[in-house]
Amino acid sequence: MEFALSEEQCLLQDSVRRFLEQNSPLDKVRLAAGNTHTVQRSLWAGASELGIPGMLIPEDFGGMGLGFLDAAIVYEMFGRYVAPLPFLGTAVMAPLALMLAGSEAQQEKWLPKIAAGEIIAGVAVTESIGVREDAGVKAGKGTLTGKVLFVIDWAEADLYIVADSDHGLHLVLPGAKGLSRRALDTIDKTRSVGELVFDQVSAEPLPRSSADAVARVIDAGRVMLAADTLGAGQMMIEKSVAYAGERKQFGRVIGSFQAVKHLCAEMAAALEPSRSLVWYAAHALDEVPGDARLMACHAKSHLSEVGRFVARTATEVHGGMGFTDLLGLHYWFKRIGFDRQLLGGPELVRLEAAHLQGWAA
Amino acid sequence: MKPTLRGEVVWCQGYSEPGSGSDLASLQTRATVDGDDFVINGQKIWTSTAHEADMIFCLVRTEPDKPKHEGISYLIFSMKTPGIEVRPLTTMTGHAEFNEVFFTDVRVPKTQIVGQRGQGWFVANATLKHERGMLGDPVAMETRFQALVDLMHEETVDGQRAIDNPIFRDRLVRLQAELAAMKFNGLRLLTSASKGEDPGLARLIVKLQSCELTHQISALAIDVMGELGVLYDDSPYLRSHGSWQWGYMFQLGLIIGGGTAQIQKNIISERGLGMPREPKLAK
Repeated sequence: MEFALSEEQCLLQDSVRRFLEQNSPLDKVRLAAGNTHTVQRSLWAGASELGIPGMLIPEDFGGMGLGFLDAAIVYEMFGRYVAPLPFLGTAVMAPLALMLAGSEAQQEKWLPKIAAGEIIAGVAVTESIGVREDAGVKAGKGTLTGKVLFVIDWAEADLYIVADSDHGLHLVLPGAKGLSRRALDTIDKTRSVGELVFDQVSAEPLPRSSADAVARVIDAGRVMLAADTLGAGQMMIEKSVAYAGERKQFGRVIGSFQAVKHLCAEMAAALEPSRSLVWYAAHALDEVPGDARLMACHAKSHLSEVGRFVARTATEVHGGMGFTDLLGLHYWFKRIGFDRQLLGGPELVRLEAAHLQGWAA
Repeated sequence: MKPTLRGEVVWCQGYSEPGSGSDLASLQTRATVDGDDFVINGQKIWTSTAHEADMIFCLVRTEPDKPKHEGISYLIFSMKTPGIEVRPLTTMTGHAEFNEVFFTDVRVPKTQIVGQRGQGWFVANATLKHERGMLGDPVAMETRFQALVDLMHEETVDGQRAIDNPIFRDRLVRLQAELAAMKFNGLRLLTSASKGEDPGLARLIVKLQSCELTHQISALAIDVMGELGVLYDDSPYLRSHGSWQWGYMFQLGLIIGGGTAQIQKNIISERGLGMPREPKLAK
């Protein structure tokens, strides 16, 4: 029994690191951020060549059949390079929903297309966590009515997976009659979310839907958001250390002042143990079902707190430059901010964790 | 080694001195050579278990003319050696968890040195690594956390249990997530150690984070108890034998001892992140 990444996992992470370093440098991210609700097709095609969209999908359906820990260390790299790609919904939450709740026919129809990187799959589960703005959809006979907010990977989706207010999951096609769509613009321009409004829209239920299936899709999403924050936070620390080693004031590099060094040490001390928590939470999704939900809550809430601390502190280490658009540090700041708010903020997630342990009525 | 492993020999550590805390390498306790012996004069402080120890491992200055890090040697000797006086050091907790140890012409055979003369600093750094690891024991933290969970199920205000108060409960779960991170970090360290790898930052952050987390666990317990949280000694209505207030105070000592939080941050930033060292003052 080892608590470490395997050699294969290190290689996987390195290959994704190299891919993003070469193909998604900051100037490309800036361009993509100007078109948030447009899928970066060539970058996604490159990721597809690495097998990324199908990493969780079984080999029978053309995927790689890997586990959540593999997905988490890949998404960590996406966070590290603020990659403007539809990974969370398309490569993680949608395939998981289809695998848990879909019929064989639905799986055969959609999973190979996702695995090949041919389609984008949006996921609407926000209202299963908390309802705002009177959102939520009711299922009728083969139809959905209502609205959903913060649909993940909303832009240019070829398929939406939508949770109704009774734990049912449904497939909805973007061209369906009675469906209207509206983009939601967030601080994070590297990922697209939006709203779907349903007026008697025809939808295909996933026949094995259950409250547990919806919850597991959310658990997986939470662990991925935690992994994204881990990668983004790690990069912010590295950028801070590098900047503090170059920037001079009072005749010294500012990194030689304890006031600055200690900020960096505090960031590293907070982030480093959370790496192990993300690993375990992702591992538990596959291997330790009894621990999975609680650990997904812990990973999500803890990385949200650590992420917020690292994001603001790293910005302070960069001084005025950190506050400008020139360095682009704000892309990481905003990525971490987005990760915190989606799929349940820390207070809400901790309340869930309390419920899971019988600590809340 | 074997009697120590069997628990038959109790050791204490003679490192810190009144004038040498964070700057441990400036220590002044002298050992001069006289025939086949070292003769030791000076004072140590913060010496846990000195009052019951059989043996001491002790840093002494043997080469006063060398730079401070190169003039230190590491000696081991019996606490029954003539010339050693142990005085208990009462702390803010009201108890004497530490001692002061005074050496007056203490004669120790030259063969009691570990390593060579002037290499004591390197030997000491090896043991400090373990001290800092021990101060961050996740199992001990889990025990305290579980005691806090129990407390929150027992304590009530206006008939409401603390666990049913959403603000206290949120703080509890927040600490639980931090504890989970430290526990899995500990498992990661174990795997690295078993492979002979240096885990780098994952090890360097343990003392800083764990001592803070332990302190926060005690702080929440005190807050949960409200007015009862200030009770101490043998007071009526005292909870858990006063261990939460004792812990809150003693654990602040642990944040300071074994390398203060600020020294830990220097270590993390310099050794872990490769940031520049403090510029040396011109001599």
